[in-house]
Amino acid sequence: MAPVAPRSGDAIFASVERVNAELFTLTYGAMVRQLLTDLEEVEEVNNQLDQMGYNIGVRLVDEFLAKSNVSRCVDFKETAEVIAKVGFKMFLGVTASVSNWDAEGTTCSIILEDNPLVDFVELPDTCQGLYYCNILSGVIRGALEMVSMKTEVTWLRDMLRGDDAFELQVKLLKQVPEEYPYKDDE
Amino acid sequence: MIGAGKMKQYTNVLDRPLSKGKQEVSLSGFAFLFSELVQYNQTQVDNIAELERRLEDAGYAVGTRILELLCHREKGNRRETRLLGILSFVHSTVWKILFGKVADSLEKGTEHEDEYMISEKELLVNRFISIPKDMGAFNCGAFVAGIVRGVLDNAGFPAVVSAHFVPVEGLQRPRTTILIKFAEEVLQREARLG
Repeated sequence: MAPVAPRSGDAIFASVERVNAELFTLTYGAMVRQLLTDLEEVEEVNNQLDQMGYNIGVRLVDEFLAKSNVSRCVDFKETAEVIAKVGFKMFLGVTASVSNWDAEGTTCSIILEDNPLVDFVELPDTCQGLYYCNILSGVIRGALEMVSMKTEVTWLRDMLRGDDAFELQVKLLKQVPEEYPYKDDE
Repeated sequence: MIGAGKMKQYTNVLDRPLSKGKQEVSLSGFAFLFSELVQYNQTQVDNIAELERRLEDAGYAVGTRILELLCHREKGNRRETRLLGILSFVHSTVWKILFGKVADSLEKGTEHEDEYMISEKELLVNRFISIPKDMGAFNCGAFVAGIVRGVLDNAGFPAVVSAHFVPVEGLQRPRTTILIKFAEEVLQREARLG
């Protein structure tokens, strides 16, 4: 039994400092617009957003582990639950749900009903291929890679394209055992 | 459809109900996002002036939209026509909504008639940012300066807005001042209105 019990997403969110979601939404929008102006190709913008998300995820996971006191997850199912219930709540203030597990337990869907990134947003016809929230897929991928899980994250449903919720498919590719930077026998 | 139980799908974003503005995200989430914004822009420019300009442009977009949103939601679609009115709108309402508190101070410049300064001990965006020595006077508050310029420009008060560090004795980190220099026409109009 862990000495400190893991904290619920709500408890952590109540204890961290918070900012208005609109500042967050508008800043993200400004960033996406800058990317679209610079890169012009929608595919490139998607990749750039994913890369930025990856950079964020790599650093975000440290804060997540520090604040949430979760113990080591036993399997991928628990990992996905923790991301959806604690992780999303802690940083975005919204709770996600996990569903659609496949037979082996390596692929699941994280579903977001509410997404602060897309308030006031509408995709114009020229940007129909854009995954506006692609930064989220990068964040999850980066964070999981830092805890030794190589994953692939794709969008299944996107509210900006007319679906009724945001659905991310997280697929575990492989568990990478921890590598130490030094060799024992040298 | 009866009994569908799904949220009504609005085809047009303008038809959706406007949120109350009470939703929050974590400060660290915003800080991560802002740091990526700055880092991305650093790769796109060669010098500091360009970087400041790009951050300001990003902020300008935010300012435009926050003005529209707040005018509709907070002020019932009334717009400010006087200089002091718009300045106190920026200093109190805009700051309160975006940063959770009113700005520390609003001052009129002593040297020039057209200069005003909004000061803040620690800008929210600068909280987790340290500027390396070789970047000199660069201030990520340029983003906030852009927000202010966006609000003022679209409210009909064109101005040049910049962010500066002002060292204060007794405080470890310097204070940030947003310097607003109004265009000639604004002062002329203000004088005509009496």
